[in-house]
Formats: sequence, C-alpha cells, structure tokens
Amino acid sequence: MTTSLPPLPEPVRKDPQKKTPSALIPPSARSRLGMRLSAEAARGRFRLPHCNACNQPVWPPREACPACLSSLQWRDADATGTLIAETTLETSPELYFRERTPWRVGTVDLAGGVPVMAHLHAQCRIGDTVTLRLFLDKADRAVFMAFSDLDSPDLREDIQLRELTNDPRHRRVLITDARTPAGVALARAMTKAGAKRIFAGIGDAWKRDAAIEALEGMETVSTVPLDLTDTRSVEELCGEIGGKVDILVHNAEQVRPGGVMAGRGIADAKQLHEKLVFGFMRLAESFGPVMRSRGADGVNAATAWVNLLSVYAHANWPAYGQHSAAHAATLSLAQCLRGEMQGSGVRVMNAFAGPLEQDWHDQVLPPKVTADRLAREIVGALQGGQQDVYIGDVARDVAERFEDDAKLLEMELAGDGQ
Amino acid sequence: MSADNATDNATDNAKDHPDTVAILAGLAAGLSSAEIKIVDLTHRLDPDFPIIVLPPEFGQCAPFRMEEISRYDARGPAWHWHNISLGEHAGTHFDAPIHWISGRDLPNNTTDTLPVQKLVGQVCVIDCEAESDADDDYEMGVDKIAAFEAEHGEIPAQSWVLMRTGWSRRRGADYINLREDGAHSPGPDAAAVRFLVEQRDIIGFGTETVGTDTGQAVHSDPPYPAHYILHGAGRYGLQCLANLDQLPPTGAILVAAPLKIRQGTGSPLRVLALIP
Amino acid sequence: MSTGFEDIVITAPTSVAYTRFSNESAHWWLLAALRDMLAGAGLRPADIDGLTVSSFTLHPDSAVGFTQHAGLSLGWLEHLPMGGASGVIALRRAARAIQCGDASIVACLSGDTNQLDSFRQTLSRFSHFSNDAAWPYGSGGANGYFALIADHYMRRFGIARETFGQIAAAQRSNALSYPHALMKTPLSVEQYLDARMIASPLGLFDCVMPCAGAESFMVMRADMAHRLGLPAVRPLAIIERHNGFAEDPVQFRGGWTYDRDQLWQRAGCAPADMDFVQTYDDYPVISLMQLEDLGFFEKGAGDAFIAGHDLTCGGSFPHNTSGGQLSVGQAGAAGGFLGIVEAVRQLTGSAIGAAVPNARRALVSGFGMVNYDRGVCSAAAVLERANQPATAARHPTTTESEAAA
Repeated sequence: MTTSLPPLPEPVRKDPQKKTPSALIPPSARSRLGMRLSAEAARGRFRLPHCNACNQPVWPPREACPACLSSLQWRDADATGTLIAETTLETSPELYFRERTPWRVGTVDLAGGVPVMAHLHAQCRIGDTVTLRLFLDKADRAVFMAFSDLDSPDLREDIQLRELTNDPRHRRVLITDARTPAGVALARAMTKAGAKRIFAGIGDAWKRDAAIEALEGMETVSTVPLDLTDTRSVEELCGEIGGKVDILVHNAEQVRPGGVMAGRGIADAKQLHEKLVFGFMRLAESFGPVMRSRGADGVNAATAWVNLLSVYAHANWPAYGQHSAAHAATLSLAQCLRGEMQGSGVRVMNAFAGPLEQDWHDQVLPPKVTADRLAREIVGALQGGQQDVYIGDVARDVAERFEDDAKLLEMELAGDGQ
Repeated sequence: MSADNATDNATDNAKDHPDTVAILAGLAAGLSSAEIKIVDLTHRLDPDFPIIVLPPEFGQCAPFRMEEISRYDARGPAWHWHNISLGEHAGTHFDAPIHWISGRDLPNNTTDTLPVQKLVGQVCVIDCEAESDADDDYEMGVDKIAAFEAEHGEIPAQSWVLMRTGWSRRRGADYINLREDGAHSPGPDAAAVRFLVEQRDIIGFGTETVGTDTGQAVHSDPPYPAHYILHGAGRYGLQCLANLDQLPPTGAILVAAPLKIRQGTGSPLRVLALIP
Repeated sequence: MSTGFEDIVITAPTSVAYTRFSNESAHWWLLAALRDMLAGAGLRPADIDGLTVSSFTLHPDSAVGFTQHAGLSLGWLEHLPMGGASGVIALRRAARAIQCGDASIVACLSGDTNQLDSFRQTLSRFSHFSNDAAWPYGSGGANGYFALIADHYMRRFGIARETFGQIAAAQRSNALSYPHALMKTPLSVEQYLDARMIASPLGLFDCVMPCAGAESFMVMRADMAHRLGLPAVRPLAIIERHNGFAEDPVQFRGGWTYDRDQLWQRAGCAPADMDFVQTYDDYPVISLMQLEDLGFFEKGAGDAFIAGHDLTCGGSFPHNTSGGQLSVGQAGAAGGFLGIVEAVRQLTGSAIGAAVPNARRALVSGFGMVNYDRGVCSAAAVLERANQPATAARHPTTTESEAAA
C-alpha cells in the first residue's frame, strides 16, 4: 500500500524585504562517459552501457566490462531493481543539497547485481521493487530516481521530483504566440496540468479571431500584447510580467513554403527571421536575465524555456527551405541560450515536430501533428524534465535518421525534392 | 497644438498678422514662376553612400538597404514597393540634441518633439573651400567667422550656419578619407561652435562631411566639440550636405525637417534651400 | 603463501601535531614529518635511499615532484594512493624492497593540508566513478554512501547504534590523554545517540573531522636500527586486497575476509594473542567490520562482542589507543598511518598518551578509497615488539607551536 504524500506547498507572495535565493546546482563534473548518460536522459531515453559479450548492464560507466573486459555498448536498459539501502541526508557540504535537506538517497540493486545510487521518491521503502527513471537535475546532468509506484496519484507531490522536472503545476506560463492553434492548445494543456496563470502573448490585438475568443474564455489566461518583431513591445511586456514568468514557450509560427531560388524573396524571408529568430533574441535579451535570476525562487521558481521548432531545423527540407533555415538558426540560438542558462536552474527545452495540421501545410501528406498532441507532449516533457522532445511520427523518424547518419538524411531530403 | 484646433489657430493667425498672407502669397508666386529657386542639398540615398565608421567594438550605424516586396508580379500584381532599412544617421541626415550625451536631458530634444518652427529658417553659408583644399584637417575658427561677418554682416539670430568645403564632390574612399590614425576631414573648432551658439544663437550647424565635427575630433577638447556644444545647447546638426556652392552666403531659406520618429535621435531627410 | 619479513623492522614513529585548518601546503606537512623523523633518528636526508608518499593534497605533484622538492636522491620510490590502507601497504612495500636489497633505509610519509576549500576540491578530483555516480546524489563526501553501508549492515545483522556509540565513546576516552587529539571533551554513549543526524543512520559522532597533519615511520633492517639506537617493531604478516567482493551490491564485508587465514597463519598467532588493535575508523561501522572480518568474532555478532569488552587503553580489548581518527582528526592520507604509528609507539613503550600495559603484539588494519560506493582497498598487519636496544630513546615529535607557525 503506497503511503500518500502531503501536497506540495502552494506558492506564496514573496516577502519583498527578503533576498531572492540564488540558484545553486548539484555537482556537475562528469567524465565523458558520465556525460553520455546525460545525453541519453536529455532525449528521454533510459540507456546504460552493456557488455557486448554477456549483455550485462554496467554502472558506473566504464571503458570495458568489469567481468570479461569485452567492449561495451549503450543500449536500452531494464529499469527494475530492489531498494537495498537508504539514507536521509540531514546536512551536506554541497550547498545545493544543504539548502534542501532532508533529502533521501539510496542504493538500488539493478537487474540483479548492479548497484546504482539514486534519489528516492518519498514513497519508496527498503525492500521495495523499484523502477529507475533518468532526469536532468539542475546542473543539466542525468541522475537516477527510484519509484515504487509510478501510477501513484501523489507522484508529483514529491519535492525532490519537482526539483528534477519542470512541472507546470503552480507555475505561470508565457506563450509568446498564443494566437495560433498550438498556442491555444498549450494554454489549455498547461491549465490542465495545474498552471496557475497563462500569459497569452498576442500581436496586433485589434485583430479579433476565434483564437482570441477562446483564450479570453479561459479563466487562467490573461492576454498580453506581445509583438515579437518589435523590441520595444518585448521590453515593455517584460517590464510588466518578467518576474512572473516561470515557463516561457516560444512558439512563434510563420509557415510558408519555398526555398532559396524558387522562394518568396528576401523581404519574406526577413519577416520570418524577424519573428522567429530575432523574436527569440528579443525574448532572450529581456526575459532571459530575469528568468535566470529566479531559477531557485521557491516552489514556483522559473524553470523552463521551451522552443517549438520544426524537426527540419536539423536538416533542411527544401520544399519549406526558408522555414527550415529560420528554425535551424533558432535551434542554434537555443543551444547558445542553454549554455548561458547553465547553472541557473532554468532548463532550455526544444520540442521538435514535423509538419503541423495547419493551413500552410495543407499540401503535405499526413501524418501531421495536431495542436492538441503538440501541447500534450510538451507538457509531458516538462513534467519529465526532458531537454529535447520529438513529437509525432515524422519528427521521430527524422530524428532517428539524423542521429544515424546526418549526411544521408540531408541527401534524402534534397533528393526527394518534394 | 493639436490637429483639432489647428484650423482655428491658422485662421486667427492670419487675422492677427495680415502681412504674412501677402508674404506667403509672394513666396508661392515666386516658387511657381521659379524666380525663387529650390536647391536640393541632399545626397541620393543608395547602398554605396559612405556611413561613418566607428571602432569595431562599438555598435555601427546600419547602411541603407532596399528589398523589393513586389514589382507588378505574383508578389503583388498591380504594385511595386520596397522595404528599406537604414540607421537614423545614414546619408544626408539631421542630428537632434538627444543624439549626444550633453543633450540627453533637455526638453523637446527628439525628432518627434522638437519645435517644428525651427525647421525652416535663414541660412548663412561660410566658404572654406580654399582652406579645405589645402588642408584635409582644416578647422574653421572664430577668425573665419569674423571675416565672413566683415563681408556679409552679422549672422542673424536663429539662423542655420553651413560650412562649405567642397567635400561633397569627393567620391569613394576620399570622402571619409581614412588613414591609419582615423578620418581626416574639415570642420569647426570648439571656439567657433561656442561663438555661434552663445554669441549668434544659431538654430543649428551643417557640413558637407559625414559629421558636424572634424574627422580627427576625437582628439579635441572636449572630444567632438561641435556635437558636444551644439546638442548640449539644444541645437541641431546637418551632415552630408551637397550643392552648398549653389547657395548665396546669406539670404536663402533652409528647409530641414527630419522624420517624426518616436524618440528619434535624428533621421535622413530631404534638405532644401530656397534661394533668391 | 607469501614469505615472512626476516629481520625487517619499523622504527621512528613520527606525528606532526594536527591543526583544524592550515594555509600550509601538503609539502610543508610532509617535510615537517621528514625533518622531525630524521632528527630523532640522527640521520640526514642523504641517508634515505627509499621513499613512499601518501597524500591527497600534494596534487598536482606526486611522489616524484615531492622527491625533487625535498632534495632527495633515491633508488626506490613509491606513490601510494590507497587512502586509509596506505600505512600498512607502505610497510609491506618498503619491507619487500629492503629484503631484496633494492633499498636500505625507507622513509614512509603521509600527510595532508586542510585549507578552507581543500575538502571540496579533493572531492571533485577524487575519482571518475564518484563524479559520475556518487557526488550527484548530494552526500558531498563519504558520509552519504557510508550511511548507505551502515543502513544495510545494521538491517542485515541487527546491529544497534549503541554498539557504534560504545566504539566512539571508548576512543574518545583514549584520546583525552593523547596530546595531538583535536577532540578534547569526553563523549558518552548517550551523547553519541542524541547528537544530530548527518545522514541516517550516521550522526555527528560517527564522522571524523578533516584536518591538517602528518604521520611517518621508517623501515630498515634490525641491525641498522640497533646501530642507530632506535626502538623497533617487527612485522610478522601483512595482507592486502583491492576490490574484493565486487559482486556484493552493498559492501558488508571487506577484503580482509579473503586473506585473514593467511595473515594469522603467517603470523603464527591468533586474534586472541593481540594486546591491542588499531582499525581504520573513518566510521565506527567500518571499525566493527574490520574486527569481525579479521576474526575477532563471528560475522554479525558485533553487538555482543562490543558490549562484552572494554575498548579503552586499560581495558580488556584496547582499540584505537590514541583515540583514532574519530577523536584525533583525519589529516587526509595521514589517517591511514595514524594506527601504525601509534602501534609502533605502544609496542616500543614510547606511547605519548595512555599506554597499553605490556604491549607485545598488535594488529593494525587499513581501509580506504571509496571510488564509488565502497572502500576498494583493505590491508592488515600483525606487529610484534622487537628486542629493545640498550640505548632506546623516546622519539620526539614536533611541538604544537612549531606546527601552527
């Protein structure tokens, strides 16, 4: 019988006389082998090195199997084990943990014989059969957490789990291009996941449409003026709500077909870049620093910056060549932002999707991603503390092929000519 | 004065000042008969026009660029238009007081707030072509102004004063005239600017070069004295002027109206002179 | 079975008084020990032809850098990074070198500084496994995973915290007369149990205090010791084991279990013949593990054994007679020499604190280097008093004021 957990503390109004806590991070040093675990966790995968000869999993990671010295390969791993030792840290020389005691960790006997040190979910007890999951902690490094009941209704009341994820619950979200179907769907999905308030960024608010009607009809939503092509607009909005944005979703959308030679021209391309790429930069210049300073600001600390990108940011799809290029530029900037956010406690998450169900993709064959699915999976990735998420069959397919052989994918996309 | 009561004010103004009706009627007649000529003191805005060069670690003024939106084609069947991009201080341009640190706190110091009454006014043109031919770094001093006034009379209050150097005839690299130690081009010295502002109450100062200051003005005391003193006193600047040799030393009217940019520090503009 | 140690002896036990924090370098501490030791033995640096060095904060220097720094010229050199097992292993290495004629007088040095950030810096450079798989979980050092070891051990064998408290309390009693001990107040079992928790089930008095200090000794042939007028101790048998029982998912037994039968067989005696025992006491649970794995009682019978014995210097089972690291302090790698240096003093009648009466034979055990989740290195030595030379002199140590200067 899983014991129930007390609910997470509700966020309270800050005492203005108190200093905002600075973000601390858990130890971040890893060997290159150790970093591989983080690269897997970033993509939501649970993979460990396995011996090529005897297929046994190996942890901590090594260069050869400790049983037979054979080479190792990282593969999907069995995540089940037994909790055989536990301790509650009441203090620590590590400042991050010192501020967060009591903190439970334990030893899990994984797959019969591999001892794995792990954070413990509050509902784990000694002797339980547990499931391990990988998360990126505040240092953006993979750590294990053990769960005895992943279906528990109280799962997310665990404070340690909240530190490892970017859960929208109790948080305030800015959607930067809320007027799109994805924007509306995100507002709904975030609200459903427990977000306290959604700021729906709208450009040209005087233009009424169904999206605005829908947003204004949601109790948790406040529409705010936000023109991503106007630095002043971004600065002014940040001046008003910057300190209240815990999750920022940059979902600027401007889908147009066309490439370079047979394209729509430079004027068009400039507008696309202005909204998507320079829009990102404007947001980063304004909202970035204040979010970075609030990475440890209580139960509703700033926690994530999400970019909605085309999976063709990885490899150009000539039929939508300009669009691919603008997304590639935004992806690179997002990686840059990730580096600049390192140590702040704010995760930069990239959500990649293939063509969406929307007007400008009407010539594209299914499967296409619906706005609802997009929103659901983004929320899921935030609850799981992922760094990169691929949504929909096309995105997953392109991602696999990109990882397998980027040059081959490039040639396939160029050869298709579609 | 808001647009709503502008018409009422205009009617009152004419009633109070009947002579001005005749003056303007005369002006209109002179213009349509071309007895009063309009001289264009403006360089054409095109991508090749030189822009001021600052050290690379500083932000740079964007050069003038044009992108076609459509040209009677699929992008717009019956029309032709461009998007343009450029810095406020590109080409023939106007400097408002907020452009310089010395003018940052003055009232009405931006292109959208400065009094429009000052944008049309008398203009004096001081000919420094000979001195500038001989010396790229020529600095116009109070003695040159004294010589001008000895010949043409005292510079009237609330005039524009333009320094003619013939520089607008230079092309390419010769215009900015960069050497290893920076640009070399003529301009006023600090005393001259101070004199014009404090003793002659000018509206503004204009040059044919890329700045109201000399090319080497960073080494002056204070650095960039024309910008510092002019804008610190709420006066304006004009740069990259052309055809100053078509203007009389005195007696012409200058029209220099920058774009009404929100909190603008300056703008490219069409500078015109009405000459007798 | 490995051979005996012939006429090899240990001499010149030297301790440099510990300080809680120190701005000096590890080199300074090691050299202080070397200087004192040579002065006490009437030797010059040129007389040493072999050296072992154990230190965590000597980085980026190893024994090689230290050799040149110290101006030594050597025919035999060992850098021994085995942590708490370094003292016993240094003895074993040096003895074998002298037996084979590779060296004749070997200085075995250990020491570490403790600058304000030394501890954290040492952690991040400790091991790949720790960076990848242990430190991220917050213990910021050994306390976390020894808590896991203790948690498992207590459950598995039904050991009570009181047993650990008795070990700690007895050591504190021994420390009260030891001049270099940094802990100077008595400790009762009640105080041990009431103290604040660090990482359950470990409390404040389960944990050592990191500090700066140095410990050293010399190894040579018996006739050399006699000529120099140095009291001496003979090693009877020494074992070491690294990464023993790797298949245990949590460490509940140490490498001594593998080789203890050989140890006692080679030594020609039994646990009951020991007049005192020095264990490596990073935590009382590990001391208990050493006592049982070296054969003093059945595995898991720790509660009864400790309850039935008096672990003070004058008691029925003197244990960690200077107070151990728990009461003296842990001067980095010198913690692995504390036991053997104290043992040599006790066996030569030159204890600087409370003495164990008629001490003739002793066991010294070492343990160390938690690379991930368990101590990888273990070692143990049975020592015996050698015949005292006619002009035995008490070996001096550095005064506290000199150390603090």
